[in-house]
Amino acid sequence: MTARKGLVLEVDRTTPPILFHHGEGFRLHKLPVGSRVVYPNEPLDPVRDPERAIAEALANPLGDRDPLASYMRPGMKLTIAFDDISLPLPPMAAPDIRGRIIEQILDMAAAAGVDDVHLIAALALHRRMTEAELRHAVGDRVYDAFAPHGQLYNFDAEDPGALTHLGTTDAGEEVVISKRAAESDLLVYVNINLVSMDGGHKSVATGLSPYTALRHHHNVHTMLHSTSFMDPESSELHTRNWRQGRLLAEAGVKVFQIETTLNNNEFPSPYDFLKRREWEMSPRDRMMLMGTKTALDLMSRRQARRIFQGIRAPYGLTSVQAGEVEAVHRQTLENVYRQHLVRVEGQTDVLTMGLPYICPYNVNSIMNPILVACLGLGYFFNLYRGRPLVRHGGVVIMSHPTPWEFHPVHHPSYIDFFEEVLADTTDPEVIEHRYEKRYAEDEWYRHLYRTSYAYHGVHPFYMWYWCAHALEHLGGVIIVGGDKAATGRMGFRSASTLNDALEMATDVVGRDPSITHFRNPPMLMADVV
Amino acid sequence: MSSEKPPISHLGAKRARRTRASVTRIMRGTEFPLRAAPTPRGQTHLPVNVGANYDTDWARRFPARVARRVARDTIVRGLVRYYAQPVIKGVDRLSELDGPAVFAANHQSHVDTAVIATSVPEPWCNRLVVGAAADYFFGNRASSAVSALFVGAIPIERTALNRRTIDKAVGLLRSGWSLVIYPEGGRSRDGWGQQFRPGAAFLAKQAGVPVVPVHIRGTFDILRKGRAWPRRARSVINFGRPLRFDEGENNRRFTRRLQAAVEGLADETATGNWFAARRRLHSADSPGIEGPPGSAWRRRWALTEPPPEASPQASSTVSKRRWPYV
Repeated sequence: MTARKGLVLEVDRTTPPILFHHGEGFRLHKLPVGSRVVYPNEPLDPVRDPERAIAEALANPLGDRDPLASYMRPGMKLTIAFDDISLPLPPMAAPDIRGRIIEQILDMAAAAGVDDVHLIAALALHRRMTEAELRHAVGDRVYDAFAPHGQLYNFDAEDPGALTHLGTTDAGEEVVISKRAAESDLLVYVNINLVSMDGGHKSVATGLSPYTALRHHHNVHTMLHSTSFMDPESSELHTRNWRQGRLLAEAGVKVFQIETTLNNNEFPSPYDFLKRREWEMSPRDRMMLMGTKTALDLMSRRQARRIFQGIRAPYGLTSVQAGEVEAVHRQTLENVYRQHLVRVEGQTDVLTMGLPYICPYNVNSIMNPILVACLGLGYFFNLYRGRPLVRHGGVVIMSHPTPWEFHPVHHPSYIDFFEEVLADTTDPEVIEHRYEKRYAEDEWYRHLYRTSYAYHGVHPFYMWYWCAHALEHLGGVIIVGGDKAATGRMGFRSASTLNDALEMATDVVGRDPSITHFRNPPMLMADVV
Repeated sequence: MSSEKPPISHLGAKRARRTRASVTRIMRGTEFPLRAAPTPRGQTHLPVNVGANYDTDWARRFPARVARRVARDTIVRGLVRYYAQPVIKGVDRLSELDGPAVFAANHQSHVDTAVIATSVPEPWCNRLVVGAAADYFFGNRASSAVSALFVGAIPIERTALNRRTIDKAVGLLRSGWSLVIYPEGGRSRDGWGQQFRPGAAFLAKQAGVPVVPVHIRGTFDILRKGRAWPRRARSVINFGRPLRFDEGENNRRFTRRLQAAVEGLADETATGNWFAARRRLHSADSPGIEGPPGSAWRRRWALTEPPPEASPQASSTVSKRRWPYV
């Protein structure tokens, strides 16, 4: 069956309560008559034979690249880099598409007699992946063949001996990447393109780069000039990454890019109800919704988190393309938009959104308040093309418990950022100027990043910068059900119910505001006209 | 002063009545997700997996077959014996039948299916599906599941040709399942039968299997259309000799032959005189099952009229005239 397009539903008296994600739980909110609900497109039909699609993509590359097999020769240095744990969300049900692609590449390398092969998890300043996570991404066969010999590992952005400075762009951006990748005869990058920000030159120029290179685009100025960073045409983040990527090519780094797109099939059974529109839920869906909601409300957050973090999405592969980076990414973007774009007419005064339990930086971890802000104001707010879904000076209402809770192993610098930095100011520019360098160069955070499973010391700053465009654009942010202290620390207001939040929003946007609910996930990008 | 005052107007009394709880009222008071959300204006309904689209494959897998057989041989057979006390005739005519067949019966009551399911001899009874009205028995998920599991029903469109249901029925016949079907397309409204439709003939021809004419008598009194609860009455089920398509015979002619065969069985059951019934059948003189034309009361009147040639045996076993004395 052909996937149906998303839609914008106008709420009337018969409209049922709308399902809002609420962290590790759900809420049902009755929206005022006249509100709009933006529903995502249904999952596109997946390609029937992913193995064949991958083989065809590798044999028929785009741009000025030859078939991948033609690059393979004995004695060559081959490096395969791949996206880390932050993609896709939720993690993909086994077998992961990265593993499927890497196996085909390695088959070619083996046939050609290539011995010197390294596989690198391109995690930039993210936390290192555990053995189990690496095994899930690349498959047991690949892991067992390479990891014991030190040929499959996490990228280390703080190992000076493993980095190469390749030059500086015309705009003054330093380009520094993994030495192994830079010195390889061929660098194959295996990507999962979940949203339009991913992929392209960002894969290598960000994924295999240290702080010295990332700071040129992971900063407040770039974020304020990326409207939005999900729209490459209007993204300063994209522009800067592209400049760095082109310099990489000029420096002789031969990148063979492989990009994949997935459909919106983000929730397996028995969570099918999360994919359905309310009026299309079967009795079983409604029973599961009520049962799951009741059970989640009764259990501890820890138990609920364990259940949710165990979800593996039954994604379908919608496309795979390989070849030269920019040619590949153009086609990838079309496929991403095909799945995500939903046309919405006009902006709104108040934008509501239910935030789920997961964002790119808390896989198998805790969604702390900074990540809540980043998911809502960084990712969801920026999932637009054209104009923001909410007008300038409007209000965003997010639904999430926002507990004052941090993962001490994964997010140590977040704890200090929350306690020290946000207690001082919430202004991204002030924060950047006053605190960033200290956190980025802190030896303890460096040590934890390199030897434990901690995000880099500077990472919480980037999360806050991700919100900069929204903070500058909005007149107010309200978190429904949010912990009052944690919400207040970030400069937001909390409300017990959506109705309270809507009432509070009228202080900013006036009486009878227009309201739009952004029903995401499954993934959705508003094409605001 | 009395603390309990009666309502001062009929409006008050009405309000008092309204507060009384009822299942309907409680259900009306619930909202999503306790009850299904209405489809918003402008949105099209999802195609539902009920009606003719309902997939009954699961009901022919081993566990479902065992469950159905257990239910048939215990509860259903017990209820049929209690309410219908069926007399089974003509089983010897099936001795030459080898392989699957279409069992085509007249239809007076929901009880017919239970009577047939417990009367069809082995081996056919163990691989038996029942063609059931898609719009009636497969109207929602619950009734669909019950029909498929306990009746062995498959959905048949009775108002339109549906390729899917035809293919399913033909596929089942070809794979060794026998099919019970009611060519009248629905239960009798007044005790008289209705003209046979060519669906049974079509399916049999497509699948290349014979059709067994079946006549059931007495079930109209047990649970006629419109009645909610059964009452006890005697029933007779009479199996005819399997019919096969003659060379060049089309569905319409075969259907006429099938209807005549059932009328002959009805005549045989009603009069108790097999030979006389056969003679009338061969001379195309069997009383029809459709009753006289005319108003409802005249048809009813004709139905309850004493038989002109009722044999002493018949009159002694059947106290009241009920179709098909025809």
